[in-house]
Amino acid sequence: MNAPAAALLTAGHGLELLREMLRIRAFEDRCYQLYGQMKIRGFLHLYNGEEAIAAGAMRALRAEDAIVATYREHGHALARGIPMNAVMAELFGKQTGCSGGRGGSMHLFDVSRKFYGGNAIVAGGLPIAVGLALAQKLRGEMALTACFFGDGAVAEGEFHESLNLAALWKLPVLFLCENNLYAMGTALDRAQAETDISARAAAYRIDAAAVDAMDVLAVESAVARAAQAVRGGGGAAFLELRTYRFRAHSMFDPQLYRDRAEVEAWQKKGPIITLTTRLKAQGLMSEEDYQRLERECNAEVDSAVQFAERSPREPLSDLERYVYAERRT
Amino acid sequence: MPNDAPEPAGTLTYRDAVREALGAALREDPRVFLMGEDVGRYGGSYAVSKGLLAAFGPERIRDTPLCESTFVGAGIGAALGGMRPIVEVMTVNFSLLALDQIVNNAATLSHMSGGQINVPLVIRLATGAGRQLGAQHSHSLEGWYAHIPGLRIAVPATLDDARFMLAAALALPDPVLLFEHLNLYNMEGTLTEGLQRVDLEHAAVRRTGRDITVISYGWSLHKCLSAAAQLAKEGIEAEVLDLRTLRPLDDAAIMASVRHTRRALIVDEGWRSGSLAAEIATRIVEQAFYELDAPVARLCSAEVPIPYAKHLEDAALPSPQRIAAAVRALLAPAGGG
Repeated sequence: MNAPAAALLTAGHGLELLREMLRIRAFEDRCYQLYGQMKIRGFLHLYNGEEAIAAGAMRALRAEDAIVATYREHGHALARGIPMNAVMAELFGKQTGCSGGRGGSMHLFDVSRKFYGGNAIVAGGLPIAVGLALAQKLRGEMALTACFFGDGAVAEGEFHESLNLAALWKLPVLFLCENNLYAMGTALDRAQAETDISARAAAYRIDAAAVDAMDVLAVESAVARAAQAVRGGGGAAFLELRTYRFRAHSMFDPQLYRDRAEVEAWQKKGPIITLTTRLKAQGLMSEEDYQRLERECNAEVDSAVQFAERSPREPLSDLERYVYAERRT
Repeated sequence: MPNDAPEPAGTLTYRDAVREALGAALREDPRVFLMGEDVGRYGGSYAVSKGLLAAFGPERIRDTPLCESTFVGAGIGAALGGMRPIVEVMTVNFSLLALDQIVNNAATLSHMSGGQINVPLVIRLATGAGRQLGAQHSHSLEGWYAHIPGLRIAVPATLDDARFMLAAALALPDPVLLFEHLNLYNMEGTLTEGLQRVDLEHAAVRRTGRDITVISYGWSLHKCLSAAAQLAKEGIEAEVLDLRTLRPLDDAAIMASVRHTRRALIVDEGWRSGSLAAEIATRIVEQAFYELDAPVARLCSAEVPIPYAKHLEDAALPSPQRIAAAVRALLAPAGGG
């Protein structure tokens, strides 16, 4: 299941991955505080614990690849390179946000980076990813579409329809299932008759594998391998990325459905701790290096909050803009 | 184009006109492709796409599995990816399986992304009742879709519109739903000579008159024209307005006609409650109330799931007889005379 990645680890590579995960963690922890301060409203789904997926996967993807994500997508947006200022401003509902304040936490978009959202209907992004991949194939592009979704999506009809269509038409889709074991509050084994998700994907004749997504290096190498196969014309591929959500589903979730001991056990093997321990054990990073990384990430978040605070709001006169495409002269 | 397509100047059916429109779109723009259930080898459930597979090949005339939500969503994704997909949903009834993609994605992505994304997608759907197909195959839900900001809803009722609305829809960067009434596919006639294009903004007066404006679209339009012909023999001159697009509605054309005739009857195969007819009536009251000589009237389908038995189905739908009766009632002196 795990890629033998440790042997390939260099200090530069390891620190880059760690920095990306720490950025996301710092961003999410600040969002939690800002929600309490009522700076951020609406639904807010935090990515703590799952950072290795966005950090590892985005490094293995290319600029020409298209990305479709879910409502828990701050990490994907940041790791894809959408500036933190634009993401934070979007959560503040500001004009400078990456969706002009119209999307919010669940609907981050950046077409210049082929980041096609932030979809808040479970499994709703899968058909769109299939279509983006169809366009890539019809246009002869050497690109793929990476589609992130959770284990909850596996119960939806669109999951099965999309896997079937992608396999049938040999489309360049890389399905990345973030299995954090809970669909909101419903545990996987309370919702799925077959809990082996990669086995279900394989039933559609799609190459599928499960990955320990607490290991960012394993994620990166698995995505890189799968992406290479997809780019080579092999059709769709599927990775089940086994992870865990450290925080509540959203800000309205008292977490009655799981034990604190279960959460703590997963936190002990979280992706940041895992990589930090390995880097230190191999002598590739000192505690001072780690502290510096954390300080830098926190400073970036501070700066993003200041940017969002200072940014203007979209004028009310623009409320009805963009419902239909604006004619370009 | 298939070889059996008729000469442009000759007689053709509505089905032929849509097929010509598809062929022209496929020829003129390499980004265009047609996708849907049985559009290829079968030739289309209503034989609209018959012959297109042979002419354009399976990459561009693309048979899909039965998965409305996913092939409509794939149409959205392909549109985002630079293509100009035409998705055929066999009937509006099946589009209910794709509502998530149409309403949550196609209609929202432009606004929700702050204008970064356009969804240049055309969805064609057969709609309507009148063929004894029972409740699950006889819906007229175009008015429902017209409720949704972000969508454009167009209804070709004439051969000219069947031939040219598709190109107009493809030229727009927004999602457009084209509703083709299944009772129009066999309608025969000729195209207006020299016509090259139509728009998706304006209603059209299909018959002029001074006594009342009858507002309709789709198959019901032809029932209205039939009623108007009968009424003319009785000395009643009804103006018949074809809405053509249900979103946006052409308020200016509606009000201009109503101000001229001072009476309005709306004929809609959809149900009355919460309907497009209700929306139009309200707009007339809001914008032209003081110019009316009679209350705005509506003739809609009976509020039942459309039944199978012919006599029941006929009774549930607007008919020329009932339209004519509704017009006579509106023109009768107050108190019934």
